Amino acid sequence: MNKTETLIPKVGVITDVRIDTADIKTFRVVTPDGKKAFDHMPGQCAMLSIPGVGEAMFSITSSPTNTEYMEFSIKKCGCVTEWLHQAEVGQQITIRGPYGNAFPVESTEFRGKKLLFIAGGIGIAPLRSVINYCRHYRDNYKSINLVYGSRSMDDLVNYDEILNEWTKDKEMYIYLTVDKEDPDWVKHVGFVPNYVKELKYTPDRVAIVCGPPIMIKYTVAALKELGFKDKQIYTTMELRMKCGVGKCGRCNIGSKYVCKDGPVFRYDELGELPDEY
Amino acid sequence: MQKITTEQLIEKAAELMNEGKVASVLGWEKGEFGYDVTPGIFGSVDELKAKFVYGDFSAANLSKYLVKKTEMVQGQALVFLKTERKILIFLKPCDSYSFNQLLTEHRFDREKVYAVGVQCDGMVDIEKVKKIAGDGLLSVDTSGNDVVVKTLYNGDMKIAKADVLAERCVNCKSKKHVAYDELLGETGEVIDSNRFDEVERIEKMTPDERFAFWQNELSKCIRCNACRDACPACTCEKCVFDNPKSGVENKSPANSFEEKLFHIIRAYHVAGRCTDCGECSRVCPQNIPLHLLNRKFIKDINEFYGDYQAGAEVGSRAPLVDYTVNDVEPGEVFDRGDENA
Amino acid sequence: MRKIALENIDMLFSAISDKMSLFLPVDQNDGKAAYTKWEEGKKWSCALNTVKSPKDFFFPQTEDMMEFKVDGKNIEVIDTRKASEDFVVFGVRACDVRAFDILDRVFLTDPCDSYYATKREHGIIVSLACTRPSETCFCTAFGIDPSNPKADVSAWKTEKELYMQSNTEKGEKLLKVLADVTDEADEEKVNEQKEQISSIMKRLPLAGLDTSEFGGGKTDEFFHSPAWDELSETCLGCGTCTFVCPTCQCYDIKDFNTGKGIIRYRCWDSCMYSEFTRMAHGNNRNSQKERFRQRFMHKLVYYPENNEGIFGCVGCGRCLSRCPISMNIVKVMKALGGKENE
Repeated sequence: MNKTETLIPKVGVITDVRIDTADIKTFRVVTPDGKKAFDHMPGQCAMLSIPGVGEAMFSITSSPTNTEYMEFSIKKCGCVTEWLHQAEVGQQITIRGPYGNAFPVESTEFRGKKLLFIAGGIGIAPLRSVINYCRHYRDNYKSINLVYGSRSMDDLVNYDEILNEWTKDKEMYIYLTVDKEDPDWVKHVGFVPNYVKELKYTPDRVAIVCGPPIMIKYTVAALKELGFKDKQIYTTMELRMKCGVGKCGRCNIGSKYVCKDGPVFRYDELGELPDEY
Repeated sequence: MQKITTEQLIEKAAELMNEGKVASVLGWEKGEFGYDVTPGIFGSVDELKAKFVYGDFSAANLSKYLVKKTEMVQGQALVFLKTERKILIFLKPCDSYSFNQLLTEHRFDREKVYAVGVQCDGMVDIEKVKKIAGDGLLSVDTSGNDVVVKTLYNGDMKIAKADVLAERCVNCKSKKHVAYDELLGETGEVIDSNRFDEVERIEKMTPDERFAFWQNELSKCIRCNACRDACPACTCEKCVFDNPKSGVENKSPANSFEEKLFHIIRAYHVAGRCTDCGECSRVCPQNIPLHLLNRKFIKDINEFYGDYQAGAEVGSRAPLVDYTVNDVEPGEVFDRGDENA
Repeated sequence: MRKIALENIDMLFSAISDKMSLFLPVDQNDGKAAYTKWEEGKKWSCALNTVKSPKDFFFPQTEDMMEFKVDGKNIEVIDTRKASEDFVVFGVRACDVRAFDILDRVFLTDPCDSYYATKREHGIIVSLACTRPSETCFCTAFGIDPSNPKADVSAWKTEKELYMQSNTEKGEKLLKVLADVTDEADEEKVNEQKEQISSIMKRLPLAGLDTSEFGGGKTDEFFHSPAWDELSETCLGCGTCTFVCPTCQCYDIKDFNTGKGIIRYRCWDSCMYSEFTRMAHGNNRNSQKERFRQRFMHKLVYYPENNEGIFGCVGCGRCLSRCPISMNIVKVMKALGGKENE
């Protein structure tokens, strides 16, 4: 019997903390000897924990092509995340993974296709991994679009990288929007689903949507209005998880375990699940 | 005493439903084997006729369901017409104490409830039946003062009901209905029962014996929370044991010390409010005599502050939350504790 | 096949416990049987089954997983497990034997759960054929033969003797250890008993329970059934059904600060509990109806969908006799099955 100690974590060290917004920080994590904890594919997750506080699942926001470290963009919203937000550089945590499936970046579902990324708020975290992966292997994909929205311009995550790197790429088109008007904001104002409709995307591309459940719901409706089929839409799900390996039962929806069979689902696969997510 | 029948209850419920006085009925539903009766909500006369049952196994105390169900009736009344229709609940004498206690604690709206007190001749404990008749019960029925059992392995049997009464009915504290809008059958009197005998026996143990007794009983606990979830005194909207931020939230004990704490904390929390309905012990899958913890508190309260029965009347101030000049001095309690230690 | 006279059964128990720990059902002071470590003087229970299932041996209610030493910003992770030793679980009924198979398909599937796997490797199961099944039994509905239980060693208790037959390498080794206290036997008595039991099974009240309505791919058919409202209406939301169930395997992982270090342990959890799926930003199963439905859908539809049609229930009847409100999988199956065409 092949025994992997899947529930026993490794020690990780926080080597950098970047303040993204008032409630989101991005943490850089390596092992104590300065290496990457493990390899992963875009869309996969890792379990981070602080002993005595708890363990929680986070999507890995850095790209697999980054061979030096991993990054996690984390919003403060519970025990573990609150604790992490107080952590300083040099703090050790525990890390295990990678968990779940990945976006099909190496299959023909993505390769050779036009990619449309649509993110809301912290939903950019898992997509950043895919976007940077696709930018790294740029020739494998056609044009890349990103529609990204948040409550206000102060809530945009990863703004510097978007402005200084992504917008400078060729055949990469970035559309930012905020919910509310702001004198300092000269770009689009309005909700993401409406913006997607305004941009009149043709359904000759693959859409990857991530954000709060309500944003996903309306964005998918918008895409369908534009003629997108379920099979062209991908999303990544978030449910409560404890084990990460499809055994503890928490993230079970129908016959699927989101931690193992997800978190990435194509919309036609989601449609087969009971409406409980 | 004439027995009250299922048919009489159905008739009463149907009458109230047909008159438009009640919209639904909180009662007991037939099971697979005669003894596995489930609390049920009946929405129509047809449903009542098909499934309602009242008998020796209608043991569940239904009063706690009113907390949730009257909220729903209120919700419906807001959405639909402003109906005056209520939820009908059947109350056995001991259930009526819980009913009053919940009212005292403002846990449901009395205006939305129509209570029918039903005569109770004591409930049968199926475990006791099985101890005598063995496994493989094909049917269980009552005939007069006997329980008639058909079994797969030991043939048919007649067992005196008195021999298989539930513990809480053997030690019944009261046959009196303390709350009802209407009564079916007879109501009785408060009974001078022997319910504290077992408590006294445990009090007389040495501290080591007593510790061993509870250690043995409580170590069986599987932390299923059935005692808490069935308890009519446990109606906190968020139990401390379900709150991750409490620091004591736990599904399963990290060590044996914790499982004792769960039950002891719970007993303290319901002290002075527990009516001794006995649901905790009835539902415990591990047969832990949890009611003894509560009875110990009741006995102590009686001794320190004079006899007090939670739920006997609505609005009474329990001794533990009331001060009178005649209250026992803390020092006396301490000394007595010392004697017992 | 080996046999031993029941009057000498303690010799058998003593021969096993000389070599390794032996656990078997023993009546407790409340008259209920529970698996207990055998020692001289402990009497093997005649009860049909234990209240708690033997899943505890491989998937304990509480299990320490690891320890953390925290020193300033530094963390050390310590695997605190000790080397496991062989042990025997004796007298496991056919339903509970099948339950191990159901748990295996969860815990041993890649990635294998090493905590469970190690115990499973070291545990030797001696099953026991049923002679007096209860009215709450319905194992045959799931294709289980209570007269012919599987496991490492199968055993049959007749009026005067215990017969044993090994089915695995582990079982063979155990019977070799017991060669001195047992005798060679033929199958005549056992075959007689098998026939007897199968005729009894047909007379049980739940003998006709039909599972053919259920199985993988039936999510749409049952998920939106109106029956769930009524079935779950008076559910207390306690964990009794889950915790007495031999196949329920949901768990939680928690940390416990001992003052000297932090122990990470896992414990049974229940999908019936209100905060099972609660997240910082909401709960995807907010009502007791949804939670109740999840438990039964998992056993009757989701599990078989992932496991070649094998149901997640073994018909042991524990939830039938233990649920505080006497709601259970049989009532659920009957209500759902009967309402299919409405």
